Amino acid sequence: MTTAAIPPVELENVNHWFGSGESRVQVIFNASLSIERGSLTVLRGPSGSGKTTLLTLMSSLRKVQDGSVRLLGQELCGASQKSQQRLRRRLGFIFQAHNLHESLTARQNTLMGLQVHGPSGDVAKRDAATVHILESLGLGQRIDYLPGQLSGGQKQRVAIARALVSNPEIVFADEPTAALDRDAGLLVVQMLKALGQSRGMSTVMVTHDTRIVALADRVVTIEDGKLLQV
Amino acid sequence: MSRLLQYLLRRTPVGWLQLVHNRMRLIAAVAGIAFANLLVLVQLGVVASLSSVTQLTFTPFATDIVISPPRPQFLNGEMISRRLMYSAIADPAVAEATPLYVDTIEWKRTDGSSTTLVVYGLPPEADAFAGEAIGAQLELLAAAKHVLLDRAIPDVGLDFGTDVVEHLSPDQPLQFEIGGHSVSAVGAFELGSGFDTAGAMIVSDQTFQQLFPERTAGTPSHILLRLKPNQEPAAVAGRIGDRLISERVQVRTNAQAIADDVSYMNDEASLGIIFGMGVFIGILVGLVIVYQVLSADVAAHMKEYATFRAMGYSHRFLLGIVFEEAMIIALLGFLPGVLFGSATYQVMSMQTGLPIAMSVERALAILLGTIVACTLSGALATFRLRRAEPAELFS
Repeated sequence: MTTAAIPPVELENVNHWFGSGESRVQVIFNASLSIERGSLTVLRGPSGSGKTTLLTLMSSLRKVQDGSVRLLGQELCGASQKSQQRLRRRLGFIFQAHNLHESLTARQNTLMGLQVHGPSGDVAKRDAATVHILESLGLGQRIDYLPGQLSGGQKQRVAIARALVSNPEIVFADEPTAALDRDAGLLVVQMLKALGQSRGMSTVMVTHDTRIVALADRVVTIEDGKLLQV
Repeated sequence: MSRLLQYLLRRTPVGWLQLVHNRMRLIAAVAGIAFANLLVLVQLGVVASLSSVTQLTFTPFATDIVISPPRPQFLNGEMISRRLMYSAIADPAVAEATPLYVDTIEWKRTDGSSTTLVVYGLPPEADAFAGEAIGAQLELLAAAKHVLLDRAIPDVGLDFGTDVVEHLSPDQPLQFEIGGHSVSAVGAFELGSGFDTAGAMIVSDQTFQQLFPERTAGTPSHILLRLKPNQEPAAVAGRIGDRLISERVQVRTNAQAIADDVSYMNDEASLGIIFGMGVFIGILVGLVIVYQVLSADVAAHMKEYATFRAMGYSHRFLLGIVFEEAMIIALLGFLPGVLFGSATYQVMSMQTGLPIAMSVERALAILLGTIVACTLSGALATFRLRRAEPAELFS
């Protein structure tokens, strides 16, 4: 199989539990799933259904307890912290609460997405890439603003810029458009889709937004920790 | 500053930006470090002055070897037998020997206050033992009740004017009462205050007997020896010590006697121990302050740190941010700490007459200590970073 043909994310019989002893509760049951390269996959389900847990398992943010999770061709079950950390540098994360660094400007926050690859490289080129992505998200006039000086939607767009600036192979997103108005939300999703088509970037997104569900290449429904519609 | 740090660190100076973002927290942190520095500096200043004062007691005299009572401290009130001087001078390497008498006396001032002075008594002909501070003034003491007065005694001119003390000479003597005796100051020298004395007075051995009638000429406080040229003081001291082994005395070179006294004052005397503990507690307080500052800062940015981990940043990168903050706080706190420390030294020195002053070595030691303390506190604070769990961000 060529690298392009390897699915960026593959889950096989994944089970996951929280707690220990008598309070141990199983939250994911025998989940198997394969994400296609360049696709926009939406994970949906009721609150507490396990979609966020599944997202963190497939993005190497949570330790795999049982089953197999292959991310970008690497098995996560039993993988070292170091190799998972290196793997995460090839991903992009968009959090619902944006999680921007309050003391860094929009430019500096975005730049952090590039600096994770080390200090090497052309500084001017990095700065240009940072400015370009912020401008493409409509933040050209807010580049040197601190998050405290930005609206909720602007903060979320900075978080998106930070996730996309390093050209990730996969983007994992948790309700990325919740803080955006209809037009801005659509713009972001269209941007993610375009990047999927042009660069083969895959997106796995948890969302309740029906407008985005309509744009998805694939919708995965999860209920009580079980994948219902794959 | 931000650009300089960016250049030095080759990354966004997250630690610096975090610190300046919350100005109040930064001011509190810098004030905390400055306070800890001040605390340690004051204690160190007193400890150092303890050493200086101890060394000062030896400075009026030029001697190669000192024969002393077994108890440490130059001013210990104990006596030895003068006959030991004759045993010592029998050594072919010894050129001259002299008894030295030491005691303290109360000087009642016209304003009703009382000052304690240390009185050194030695024969006026023992000019070979006069240190630079005394010079050629010993022979002026041949006349009864003639004294040399320490011009560094605080308020020395209270009774008769500072100018008078500055220009003391046999032609312009100064008569005053001390310890119930009328004496004539015919010259001056400079020594300074100790922890329990305000200064000194030098008299002849005869005048010493008159001021302290209970003391006898046969029991000096120390015996001082000058050696012939090209003699090794340590070897001669060892040889004389062996000869006097049955006596309750210690025979040391001048340098060794000073070192022993300083060591005793710092490590065994209660004052040295108390201020030594003060230094330790100051460092401990500093550590606690820096730890609290850094620990609170780490807790406040836990979500950001977890985000960095999710993005693929290493734990080492996060440690780098904490250490960056620790270094910045250390440097920013050091400057006001040393400035306030210097000012406090000046006030203390003026009030007590003790030789307390800032030295470059002490300032550098404080800077180094502050950096070490901040690094150590930073290392402790980073334990909290382990709680920066990126999986919790998606919740």
